[in-house]
Amino acid sequence: MNLVIDTELITYLENLSYLTLPDDEKKGLESDLNGIVNFLAKLNELDTSGVEERSHPFDEVNNFRDDEVLPSFVREKILQNAPHKTEEMLIVPKTVGDELE
Amino acid sequence: MKSALELSTAIKAKKLSTTEAVNDYITKIEKNDANINAFISVQREQALAKAEAVQKRIGAGEVLSPLMGVPIAVKDNISTAGVATTCASKMLKGYTPVFNATVVDKLEQAGMIILGKLNMDEFAMGGSSETGFFGEVRNPIDTSRTAGGSSGGSAAAVAAGEIPLALGSDTGGSIRQPCSFCGVTGIKPTYGSVSRYGLLAYASSLDQIGTVGLNIDDCAALLAVISGADEKDSTCIIDKPFEFGAVTERLDNFKIGLPRNYFEKGIDGDVKNSVLAAAKAFEEAGASIEEFDMPLTEYIIPAYYIIACAEASSNLSRYDGLKYGYRHEDAATLSQAYRLSRSEGFGLEVKRRIMLGSFVLSSGYYDAYYKKALQTRALLVKEYNRLFERYDMIISPVAPTTAYKLGENISDPLKMYMGDIYTVSVNLAGLPAVALPCGFDSEGMPIGFQLIGKAFSENKLVDAARAVQPFLKRNG
Repeated sequence: MNLVIDTELITYLENLSYLTLPDDEKKGLESDLNGIVNFLAKLNELDTSGVEERSHPFDEVNNFRDDEVLPSFVREKILQNAPHKTEEMLIVPKTVGDELE
Repeated sequence: MKSALELSTAIKAKKLSTTEAVNDYITKIEKNDANINAFISVQREQALAKAEAVQKRIGAGEVLSPLMGVPIAVKDNISTAGVATTCASKMLKGYTPVFNATVVDKLEQAGMIILGKLNMDEFAMGGSSETGFFGEVRNPIDTSRTAGGSSGGSAAAVAAGEIPLALGSDTGGSIRQPCSFCGVTGIKPTYGSVSRYGLLAYASSLDQIGTVGLNIDDCAALLAVISGADEKDSTCIIDKPFEFGAVTERLDNFKIGLPRNYFEKGIDGDVKNSVLAAAKAFEEAGASIEEFDMPLTEYIIPAYYIIACAEASSNLSRYDGLKYGYRHEDAATLSQAYRLSRSEGFGLEVKRRIMLGSFVLSSGYYDAYYKKALQTRALLVKEYNRLFERYDMIISPVAPTTAYKLGENISDPLKMYMGDIYTVSVNLAGLPAVALPCGFDSEGMPIGFQLIGKAFSENKLVDAARAVQPFLKRNG
């Protein structure tokens, strides 16, 4: 089965990814992703019934430190790299009435 | 070219001061790097100030590590407090970390001097160091060719003699492949043996910081410095740093597996012959070589790209244009600020992988792609476990070709991805691997091979690499 990535799906992926691509990039990605996604579908040939998924290379995943309260970064440092800020907070564009998709 | 350990010996014997060494390398970078573009930034004044301080401690008889006084450079996806860290992306324009990566702290504690930050593919996504915002890295052996990627700057800088040692990162071959293309040595350590705190994440279950140097001893000495548990990275599960002891002379009890099917199709003839000759060198050193068929080979690249892109799409969601980095100035609303900053800040390959990651994780496609890839990963881990019941290690090519011409593959992402065929399974299974040079093709470009071991078998891999070096030198 060949999956076709069309303009509609590209727009959907742009929304999921918080991207707004210029038209020429959109066209190029549509063609690239069609090739790539159909190549990835090769995995369908492999029988994986009953195989448990593995999201980490090892069974032992974490080596936790003791649960002690330690100092974190001070606000001044956290804000240091923000493109727009006051002394105390980040400045962002208007959020009221903004429909976040 | 002096190796890092030779350099530290000279410094210890007072034949050379740390400051002189730093000055020498900075001069080389200034003279040479315009041709190679391995460095994104050089911190001359800071390095000279640190060199002076370290030299004082050497004068007072202090020994912080076997690499004390040695200059090093760091891939630009590793955080350095007060020094811009860009990931070779416009997205991180103006970003200066307020903290050091744990590995950077460890370099400083070892008395090493960081000279600069190294060029790479944007966010480590690529195999040719052509996708970065600061321009492509050129191979010092032939500047019309790629240095490999994504740690192309690390390998090129070492190969060009601009720095004796470098840190890189390896998510799917990003240390091993550029080392192979530039004719230098690299170690991709076991997942969880080197802290990732301060490494700007690409694919968190695959990323690992590792070492690039002129030979295996330098790489091992540096790995000893940077490895070890870290309270700031819970996935760093190693107990204590690696220690590499005396040189092993013979490999008489070593059993090495050779994946026959890796040599059957799609591999360049010179690469094939050179890697098979390297396998012969192991036999001369006493090891036995046994052929086997590596299972699942054709499914590995699909599984890798699904998992890596899925993790990337999540990791890179932090770049919102608000907290740090590039911000589009005219956005009227918050969502526009996100969308426009990200669209203008990220390059094409990064956007391609974010979209692909969003696709494989999206409702309706998750089971067929992401879940399937995680099941394939489980099968692969099981196969490797089985193989390491039979073999101490596996010998394989690093890449199917030598360094290709710049621009040759950049417009064909699938072709570029296929170049990762021999490297990505190591990351999916979290295994350690060392990449070593073993010869040259008919056009004089370096060829590399890799030794893959079971988890935390770095000592054995280093032993084997050391024992075979004299035989390889004779062949090369």
